[in-house]
Amino acid sequence: MPASKEQLEEIALSRKEYNLIVSKLGREPTEVELGMFGSLWSEHCGYKHSKALLKRFPTSGKYVLIKPGEENAGVIDIGDGQVIGFKIESHNHPSYIEPYQGAATGVGGIVRDIFTMGLRPIALSNSLRFGPMSDPHNRYLMGGVVGGIAGYGNCLGIADVCGEIYFDDCYSGNPLVNALCLGIGRVEDLTRARASGAGNLVMLVGADTGRDGLHGASGLASRTFEEQRELRSAVQVGNPFMEKLLIEACLELTRTGWIVGLQDCGAAGLTSAAIEAADKGDSGLDIDVARVPRREKGMTPYEVMLSESQERMVVIVKKGYEDRVRSLFDRWGLHSDIIGNVTDDGMATIRDGEKVVAHASVKYLNNPPVYRFRPKRPSWLDDLQELDLKKIKDIAPKDAGKTLLRLLAAPNICSKRQVFRQYDHQVGNNSVVLPGDGDAAVLRIQETTKAYTLVTDGNGRYCYVNPLAGGVIAVAEAARNTACMGARPMAITNCLNFGNPERNDVMYQMHQCIQGMSQACRKLKTPVVSGNVSLYNETRGVAIFPTPVVGMVGLIKDIKRHCTAGFKGEGDVVFLLGDPGDDRTLGSSEYLALVHGEIRGTQSIDLRAEKNLHDILIRAIGRGLLRSAHDCSDGGLAVTLAESCIIGGIGFKGDLSIYGRLDTALFGEAQSRAVVSIGAGSVRRLEEMAYKYGVPLKRLGTSGGVRFVLRGLADLPVNDLAKAWHSGI
Amino acid sequence: MKFGIVVFPGTWSDRDCYYSVHNICGQDAVFIWHKETDLAGCDCIILPGGFSYGDYLRTGAIARFSPVMESVADFSKKGRPVIGICNGFQVLCEANLLPGVLRQNEHLQYRCQWTYLKTENNATPFTNKCKKGQVLKIPISHYEGRYYAGDDVIKGLEDDGRIAFRYGTPGGDITAAANPNGALNNIAGIINKQGNVLGMMPHPERSCEDILGSTDGNIIWESIIAGV
Repeated sequence: MPASKEQLEEIALSRKEYNLIVSKLGREPTEVELGMFGSLWSEHCGYKHSKALLKRFPTSGKYVLIKPGEENAGVIDIGDGQVIGFKIESHNHPSYIEPYQGAATGVGGIVRDIFTMGLRPIALSNSLRFGPMSDPHNRYLMGGVVGGIAGYGNCLGIADVCGEIYFDDCYSGNPLVNALCLGIGRVEDLTRARASGAGNLVMLVGADTGRDGLHGASGLASRTFEEQRELRSAVQVGNPFMEKLLIEACLELTRTGWIVGLQDCGAAGLTSAAIEAADKGDSGLDIDVARVPRREKGMTPYEVMLSESQERMVVIVKKGYEDRVRSLFDRWGLHSDIIGNVTDDGMATIRDGEKVVAHASVKYLNNPPVYRFRPKRPSWLDDLQELDLKKIKDIAPKDAGKTLLRLLAAPNICSKRQVFRQYDHQVGNNSVVLPGDGDAAVLRIQETTKAYTLVTDGNGRYCYVNPLAGGVIAVAEAARNTACMGARPMAITNCLNFGNPERNDVMYQMHQCIQGMSQACRKLKTPVVSGNVSLYNETRGVAIFPTPVVGMVGLIKDIKRHCTAGFKGEGDVVFLLGDPGDDRTLGSSEYLALVHGEIRGTQSIDLRAEKNLHDILIRAIGRGLLRSAHDCSDGGLAVTLAESCIIGGIGFKGDLSIYGRLDTALFGEAQSRAVVSIGAGSVRRLEEMAYKYGVPLKRLGTSGGVRFVLRGLADLPVNDLAKAWHSGI
Repeated sequence: MKFGIVVFPGTWSDRDCYYSVHNICGQDAVFIWHKETDLAGCDCIILPGGFSYGDYLRTGAIARFSPVMESVADFSKKGRPVIGICNGFQVLCEANLLPGVLRQNEHLQYRCQWTYLKTENNATPFTNKCKKGQVLKIPISHYEGRYYAGDDVIKGLEDDGRIAFRYGTPGGDITAAANPNGALNNIAGIINKQGNVLGMMPHPERSCEDILGSTDGNIIWESIIAGV
């Protein structure tokens, strides 16, 4: 009997897709098969709306070992036989419905992606977006999300080293919760997520299977936000203690040689874990759901196959090693059950005891249709990109200090200490630069002289007004932050948060953002090694700002030569590196939004200037010339200078010699700039380097004292700046 | 000398403790699984930080029943040094090897930050390398670190000089603002009556290298090493 409209709606498959399944199978699918197709062909698992676009990303480079889609996360080679694996993933929809558990299980899922590969997870980062804090519901969401990240991550003993939080009206009904995990290990310990070798055993380890999280992939992640208020049961509940045991047990297991593959049960649970592993191993599977341990009675095979109960792993055990594997898990107090075996017929055979409840080709199941939409430039972009500065009143010199304090206290600029001090950012004894001290986290690599940096970035406002430039800037700013620490950018992961992809204007935003990010990745030599797509982020037909989030890893050769953002001492000379640009740099700026209530006007960026800036920063820090370096971004030059004062606890005195608009000079957000400080004796060398690299260099003043002085504009105690900066949220 | 680092399910400071006593201080160190009862000839037992058994009940309430804890109690009764850090402090309190309890932080939030510990007693096996009143820069990372005990217990601790460390300012002043969790009398660490069991919420194993921001935690290990 053909599936009913209601059935198809429940699993978010179209009638056309259903007909395709029928033609592939040559018959109507069973209930279990339909559920499996629904999950695997969801946007979350199958990327059917985004796959064609994702192909545009550059994915290879000399450091890349594992590319996107090949395994659970991308992997880069950092030399000396060591590798880093990292990936970012969204948990936006669950976090809206149940913020604490939604965010907690987001962390749990991304951590499993890393240790599944045999890598020890050692760093977490997160990128969050909320509506304004003036709304109590937004405060509730943020409190829950931060609590969930802290509650889960802290329990695991993984350092949460960096992150970013932005606020805008557009995220009020659609918060974004993107979690990143990074793991490190030796190249020989890398474990694949594949099922191969007929007769090998399929083992399910960890938590028992319950009804929680049914339809998480097909339901939540494929619907807009207002459709899902009734779907609370689709959110899973996390158990970080179980996860911690799984980390230790699985890492021990991956060093034994007793298994051929390891895969976590994430979205679409056992279905995706088993089918994806079988597909990668070009194998079939024979699984008996009656052997899956349950948390509750009366679960149907359909529910067992689609449950998204957390903290479960599928292990493909070499035949004959099952007792050893079981005793290893026993020692960690973890359940393990053999639920089936690998076959060589390429079929997914699912049984409930004797009865076969699904029998379909693995290749059919795991290859959803790919949709190509025609992106169409929305007509409203023309107006949005126009910025008539005659209508924007410049600030008076006497108001410069007041405006600066206002910007420092703006939620999008202020210190996020209130949040990050709730995360354990030091466990592991690797954290060299802590949250708030630099533009990126710096973690040393034990037993070497090297270190790596981690940062997440993404400016939805820029992308909304100009998706192409916004995409370029997302990557460029992450790289700039990386370079400000003295690190060479190596590779990125990204989380693409967009609205409903079936709308042409949203498709246009995706298309342009991806185009821009790809351009920047090519120029800055930072291939994309992993990522995730979150679509349908909209409420009542209004999409969020297109918000691609970039997570970047960089490498520092000598840990002694790294830099932080705060000024360091008396009498250091402070410079601006990079071109201050013209009045158009006020476009889409925080100043324009905060002071004038306008979001319009496009930012622009020259990738060659950007690359030159990175090169001089990395070289100058590598030679030990710079005493501080801080990316000039949200809030412009004045905010950057003030932040370097606050972070360093030291004053600044300078003359900006401004000729044009005051607000442009102080708060314009021209790209490709950094504020650096340097000992007076090294100035000459920096000037020579700037000339050589073709990077404009402007002397701004000197650091020292306890006041922040911009001659003729502002004279404030650094303490007052700090008070404002720490008061924002 | 040889340090024994107890590993409960859910412990995560075990590796950092190993790193600081072995890689940095150059001492032997072994992990002791919570189901063991043999303390493997160790000279000092460390109960590290983490979330033993997930701490879903009361912190440390289940870990105290692990087989290893009976051996740790016997070891301590012989006057040998035992140090409990963070979750380890909580376990020692639950096991009645130290008085009092660690309650939820006053502000009901997890806190990870640097703290400045004033050494209140430098005549213990854990602080003998500290100068009198020396301030140690050592970070905390906990949700349940607010030391609490009845008035008589607090008075006993104060009178006997059993408060090892108090939260203070970098200059060593004991102020309310320097108290990160609302602990009574700014208490960060205490010792038992015999003076051979120390419990402290801050993590000395994290303050082990300049590059990590402080080496002050090593003074505690060096004190232990000097005493054994």
